[in-house]
Formats: sequence, structure tokens, C-alpha cells
Amino acid sequence: MTRSDLLYLQRVRPPDWVNPVPRAQYDLVIIGAGPAGHGAATLALALGLKVALVERANLGGNSLNAGSIPSKALVRSGRAFEQMVNSPAFGGPGLSEPAADFRAVMQRMHAIRSRIAESVSAERLKGLGVDLYFGDGRFTDRHAIDAGGCTLRFNKALLATGARPRTSAIPGLAAAGYLTSSSFFELDRLPPRLAVIGGGPLGCEMAQTFAHMGCKVTILQNDPKFLPREERDAAELLSLSLARSGVDTRLNTTIIGASARDGEKFIEAENNGVRYTLAVDEILLSIGRVANSQDLHLEAAGIAAASDGHIPIDDFLRTANPDVYAAGDVCMPAKFANVAQASGEIAIRNAFTGAQLRHTAIVAPRCTYCDPEIAHIGMQIWDAKRSSIPVHTYTILMQDVDRSITDGRDDGFVKIHLRAGTDEIIGATIVASRASEMINELAVIMHVRLGMRELAGIVHTYPAQSDAIRLAARAYMNSCRGPR
Amino acid sequence: MQLPIITDSSDQALLDRLQRAAFDYFTAYSNADNGLVADTSRSNSPCSIAVVGFGLSCYPIAVERGWIRRELAAERVLHTLKFFAESEQSVQPEASGYRGFYYHFLSMRSGRRAWQCEVSLIDTALLLAGVLTAAQYFDARGEARLRALAQDLYERVDWTWALNHGDTLAQGWTPETGFLRYGWEGYNEATLLYVLGIASPTHPLPPESFGHWTFTYQWENLLGIDTLYSGPLFTHLFSHAWLDFRGIRDAFMRQVGSDYFENTRSAVAIQREYAARNPRAFAGYSRDLWGITAGDGPSNSQKALTPRDRRYFGYMARGAPYGPDDGTLAPWAMLATVPFAPEAALYGTRHLLTQYPAVCPHDRFVSGVNPSYQSNGVAWLSEGWYGLDQGLLVMMIENYRSDLVWNLTRDSALFQTGLRRAGFAGGWLG
Repeated sequence: MTRSDLLYLQRVRPPDWVNPVPRAQYDLVIIGAGPAGHGAATLALALGLKVALVERANLGGNSLNAGSIPSKALVRSGRAFEQMVNSPAFGGPGLSEPAADFRAVMQRMHAIRSRIAESVSAERLKGLGVDLYFGDGRFTDRHAIDAGGCTLRFNKALLATGARPRTSAIPGLAAAGYLTSSSFFELDRLPPRLAVIGGGPLGCEMAQTFAHMGCKVTILQNDPKFLPREERDAAELLSLSLARSGVDTRLNTTIIGASARDGEKFIEAENNGVRYTLAVDEILLSIGRVANSQDLHLEAAGIAAASDGHIPIDDFLRTANPDVYAAGDVCMPAKFANVAQASGEIAIRNAFTGAQLRHTAIVAPRCTYCDPEIAHIGMQIWDAKRSSIPVHTYTILMQDVDRSITDGRDDGFVKIHLRAGTDEIIGATIVASRASEMINELAVIMHVRLGMRELAGIVHTYPAQSDAIRLAARAYMNSCRGPR
Repeated sequence: MQLPIITDSSDQALLDRLQRAAFDYFTAYSNADNGLVADTSRSNSPCSIAVVGFGLSCYPIAVERGWIRRELAAERVLHTLKFFAESEQSVQPEASGYRGFYYHFLSMRSGRRAWQCEVSLIDTALLLAGVLTAAQYFDARGEARLRALAQDLYERVDWTWALNHGDTLAQGWTPETGFLRYGWEGYNEATLLYVLGIASPTHPLPPESFGHWTFTYQWENLLGIDTLYSGPLFTHLFSHAWLDFRGIRDAFMRQVGSDYFENTRSAVAIQREYAARNPRAFAGYSRDLWGITAGDGPSNSQKALTPRDRRYFGYMARGAPYGPDDGTLAPWAMLATVPFAPEAALYGTRHLLTQYPAVCPHDRFVSGVNPSYQSNGVAWLSEGWYGLDQGLLVMMIENYRSDLVWNLTRDSALFQTGLRRAGFAGGWLG
């Protein structure tokens, strides 16, 4: 184990940790120390509450340990390789097939994870005044939780137990062996051939990243497009981008079975009536996430999980037990770290300050960190249609944005959806090399309800990729002046 | 040696030559025994049922233009319809179709399924549009058998089954795997498919299926032009070859204050603007040289060029401005927009024929040209001809010249019913 690994462990799950002696009564007991639980705990402390936090595994949740952080660290390494290959376009020397030092790639990722873990570390939480318990949390009655043998009585509780990778009943897959996000980031060698089952954000990111590092990647997606939550034009650009990166993309593909023989894994797949076998060295299964609601003894608290594992909540994040709230992946349909943190904080405000904040009002941007990145906020066209909101979309192509041209990164677009006949922004999709940053401008704009008229007059840096947002507003103003 | 088609021909003379040559594809590459028409002029090409549909729609034009006697045209159409009426419809993998629909490709000789392909809904719709257009034209007493067969073919199509218990149509079906899962999202060429399905007197689609179909339509200001976007140009032309969308509007178009005819004009404007900006610096592109659509391309292999993102594709649906775009243009595409943007179409076509005269061997446009992909200084050129391109050209040129096909469908109670039930109103529909 490296020094950074030891440091990481010390921060997220100290081997020598001793659970504190419980208080007679807590204002708040939180089960789960991911973004939702941590955000809730931090806010509760700021409100002067007595807080206990129970964590079964590592602090930081999926995001830190097996999600956003490790994946983005690898994505950055993949980009570095891609840039080496394409450097001749910028006058660089170029490397036709840079050999990845995968060990160094993973060490970098581990060091980054360890560094970021400090902000959620056990020591820091303890210093803030949180009573931190490692162990399984289970309800024993409507106002008590057992945490590793300690009974924690509470006025209010928050379930923030997150979600785990969805498994699959594909015949033979379990026996053949496969990775999920829980195990993928512990790889110690770059597989020569990788099959990614599932075309959601993580699957697409890792497919492209590993292809950039020289792995022969095949991505198999059951649906007709990648990123089913995103619109057609974004998904099609991603398909082209993946193919350009050397990923073998297979849409509309059903996995029939899997097997292993002589150190190889075999996937039986079918597309449009044609069956074939794919031989690979590793399989990443990335087909979504399932809420962690098992083993909580919810019935003792008067709560029942839904058949898919979600904990039912009302608009204010209350469960069937009015003193128990839920936040994050265990209850929210959008399973993202920023949504989890925001919902955790809403739950605390509703539980302790008399606020009546609705989780449905969260307007959270999301991003898939492929190249180009694909980010979205607010309504999609189909959301608006379901709400009978007429939409007029203003689009700027990145190929018409000066900074994108100078960067040599001009794939993509900015689409801003307006309530037709008004300048009110109800949603936006950005496909661009820096979409994850650009979408935050839209988040602020939508939060303060800035319309396109005002936006058109806001001076941006020049040249900047985010100028595409201003150009969309200018297009709106131009169209207001009369049809072309 | 053939003289170049360009120079100082009048527009009418130019259209005469090109339209006639395009029509001749259907006589040169059809099987007289069963009326099937080859997908392409290449050897061993199977029949494409969509090409048959285009061909059937072209016979009335050929009669009116004096290229073929009416009796002979009617006989050929009847012969074709007989084949489809008598060919096997069953779950057998080698049948010609199932539940009134047909396989996308059929053997030219036997008329049975080719290439393990799918029962194709959109291609069946294009076939039926041709069947019904011909039936509308051949209205003489002695042509009653033709009309009866056309009605039989249409009425036996089980559109309800093709919903597969959903709100919208599947793309296709195979006996091996059942319904295909390819997704439809956003605008494309399938308006005609729904109009025909909804009008059926026997197994109709529910009228609301059209609303479900248009659910993901997106009204978008793109390159400064308001449009219902779809990238490949052909998607703005296929339904329009039969249906006169001038002034008639469905719920979506009523809401945005446009119509599908105007939208095709917008699509042309976007193609021209994109080609003028030419962000990928492809050779030849300009405001007068455009036509990015589905068609043949240089290669199925991936040949990387600089900059990093340039690759060449084989046959695929190219689109502008989102792509994919590899510098391949469809030489026929500009002229196919002639009813919508005559000046741009004719000027662009003349410019193309001046710059790249090889795109029109024997007065007939090839599927693709790629001036960026050169060998020994010569732009890549698709081999032979594609039937879809020829049929679309014949029909669109005629709609520009006389509205003939549009008038036939406008006079058809069946097409009127389908449009009305889908929610179209106004203009010539009243």
C-alpha cells in the first residue's frame, strides 16, 4: 500500500477509529456520509445542532470513492494521451501510440482522491463536532438507530445511504467476472481489451478514456442512443466522438450471455438479429444505480422502501415517518453528487428551521465528462411538452465561437430553451469541451431568472467559449427584430 | 463523347434532360417479369421497395411528359402491383413481407427477402405512396383492376400491429427478433408514414399517434434561422415529394407559425449558410454548392486526416450543421429542392455541373461526390446510380414544373383523410 493509499484510508476509514460514547439524545442522526449526509451534517452543525453521523463504509460516498472524483482523474489522464496523439495539429511532435504507464495513472488518481478526502475526513468531522460512528446503521424504533452496537436516539434522522451499482442477470456474467464502478477504480493494469456494458455517463466516460490510453474498447448499449436522458443531437455528437476516439460503439445491442475461458472473457451479443461473440480481457458493467435501502430495518421506523429500493418521500423530503427525512441517491431520481448535497441541505432546513423547501425546485446542472462534455440544466423539450409549455430554442454552434476555433475544440453547441414568446430560460444543453464550466453560467442565470434580453447585454471575456451563451441571447434579440 | 450538360441551356431544357434521364433509371434497372426496381445500378443489387414506390409515382409523370404511352405505363404498374399482391406474406424468413408490410430489400429475381433485412415501415410507406399515387392517376375504366389492387394492398397493411402496443410506430420487424428497437426522436422523413397509417380504413393508427410522434419536435433558431431541424436534407424531401405542405399545418406548425414546406425552405437556407461558413474547410463547399444528406461516401474505413476529426464514411446519413459531415455532397440534392428554393437549386446545380461535370454521367446524378477526398487530383465519385435519388428528382422536378404529384394526392380522399386525422388543417385542406 502506498503512502497516499494509507493517507486516504486514514481519512475515509481510519483503521484505529473508536466510535464515541453516544449522547442521550441527538438533534439529528444521519445515516450515510456521502455528499448528502456530509452536506446535511455541515449545515446542521452551523445551525448549532447535536449531530451523529453513521457510515458503513468509507466517508465521502460514491462520489469520492468510486464515482465523480476517480473517474474525472482518469478522464484527465485520458485527455493527456489524446492531446499527445493529436499534438501535430497544433505544431507538436505527436505520438502515434503513446504507451500508458497505467500504474502511474492510477497512482495519480489515488493521490487525488486522497487529497480531496481531507475535506470530508474523519478527523475534520470530529473537529467540527460531529459524533462519527463507523458501522451499519439500523432503526430500532421510530426514534432510535443502532450504529455498530451503539444506540443513537434522535429528534430527527436523515437517510442518506446513497446507491450502489446495478447488477445484471445476464447469464454467465457473474461467473465470467465483471467490474462495476465499485471495483473498476482498483484496476492495477490496463486491460488490452475492455467491454463496457451500458451507455450512461460513466460508461461513456470510461470507454473514451480507456480508448485514449490505448485500450481496445467496445461499448454495448441496449438503447438506440447513448445518454438516454440527453437529447438526440447531443447523443449523436457523442456517438461520433466516441468513434473518433477509437471506441467500437454498438447501439441497440442486447447482451445474451457471457463466459470465461483461458483468461479471456466472452460476451454473446445480438444486434438486429445478428448474433456475435466479443472476446475481451475485462468487462465494466455500468447500467445504472440502485438505492441502498436494504438492511436499515426501515419497518422499525414505520418506513417502507419502494420495490426498486427507493425510499418514498414527499416534496419536502419527508419519509412516511415525519421525523425521518431522506436525501441523495437513496430517494432522488437524479443521482448526482450536487443534487445529493443540495437535497441534504434542504432536508435540514425543512426539518429544523421551519422552511418549506421543495426538492422538486432544485435546478441542478449535470455533465458527462466525455470529449466534448455534455451538460444540461432545467427542462428538456419533452419535459416542457409534458407541462404544455411551448418552447423556442436558440442554438449556437461551437464551430462559430471564436475561442472554440482557436482552441481547436469546436465540436458541439449551446442550446438554450425559452418559453416561447418570452425570453424566460427554462433549460439548456451544452456540448463543448468546457461544457461542465459553461453550464454553471446558465445555473446562475436561471437562479436569478435573468432573461435573454438582459443576457444579451452582458459583456463576456473575448474570446471565450462561454461567449456562445451570449451569442445565443444575441440570436434571440435578432429574431425579435424580425424574421430572416 | 457526350457534351457537358451545362453551358447555356435554358432551365427548362436542363430540367428536361435531367428529369428524363432520372426516369430512365426505372426502365433500365427494373425486372420486367415482376416490376421490381433495383436499389442501385450496381451488379447484383437487390430491389428496394422504396425505389419501387418512387418509380410507381414517376409513371404518371412519364405519361404526361410523353416519355411512355399511358397503356404501357398502366400495364407496368399493374404488373408490379400484381407481384406485391401475390407475393408471400408470412412469418417465413424468406417471404416478401408480413402483415401487409414488406421487407426493405427483395431479391430482384424471386421477390423474396434479401440480406436478412427487416420488414421496413418507412420503406413500405414509400412503396404504398407510389401505389396510391399511381392508382389516383390511372383512373380510366379500363384501369380499374390496377386501382382495386392498390386498394387491396393498402387495406391489408396492419398498422395497428406495427405500434407493438406502444404510442408510436416501431421502425421495423424481423421474424428472428421481432420489432426493432431503433429509436425515432425529433423530426425526420416519416410524416408520410403516419398520414398513411392514420388514414387506413381497416387497421388504422389512432389519430393521436401523430401527436405522440411529434412529441420530441424542437423549434430551433439555428444559424439565425428558425427551423424544425433534421440534419440530412432528404428528410425534408421524402414526405414532401408526395404531400403538398404549402399552407397546411398540424398542431406543431400552428404553434410555431410555419408549415413543413416553409421548413424545407429553412433547411435549404441552413445548408447554404453552413456550406458558406464551411467550418471544416471541405473542398468545394460554398453557398452555391451544398447538399449534405444520406448517400454513398468514399469509404467505410476510417481514414484520419488533419485536423484530427476528419474521417470518411461509406453510405450514411450525413447532416448539416451538426454533422456527420465528411465533405461528401449528394449531387442530386440541390436540384431535388427545386420546388422549395428554385433559384438556389438551379443556380447551385449549374455551379456543380460546371465545377464537377463527372457527377452526372449520362445526364444522371451519382449518389455522392467528395472533392476533399481526391485520388490523382480527381474528386471521389460514387459508382453508378441510386434509385431513390432518381425517383425523388423526377418527382420534385415535376412538382416544380406542374404540381402533378401534389395535385394527385391533394385530390385523393385517402391522403386528405390521413392529413386531417393527423391534425392538419388550413390551406388547400380547408
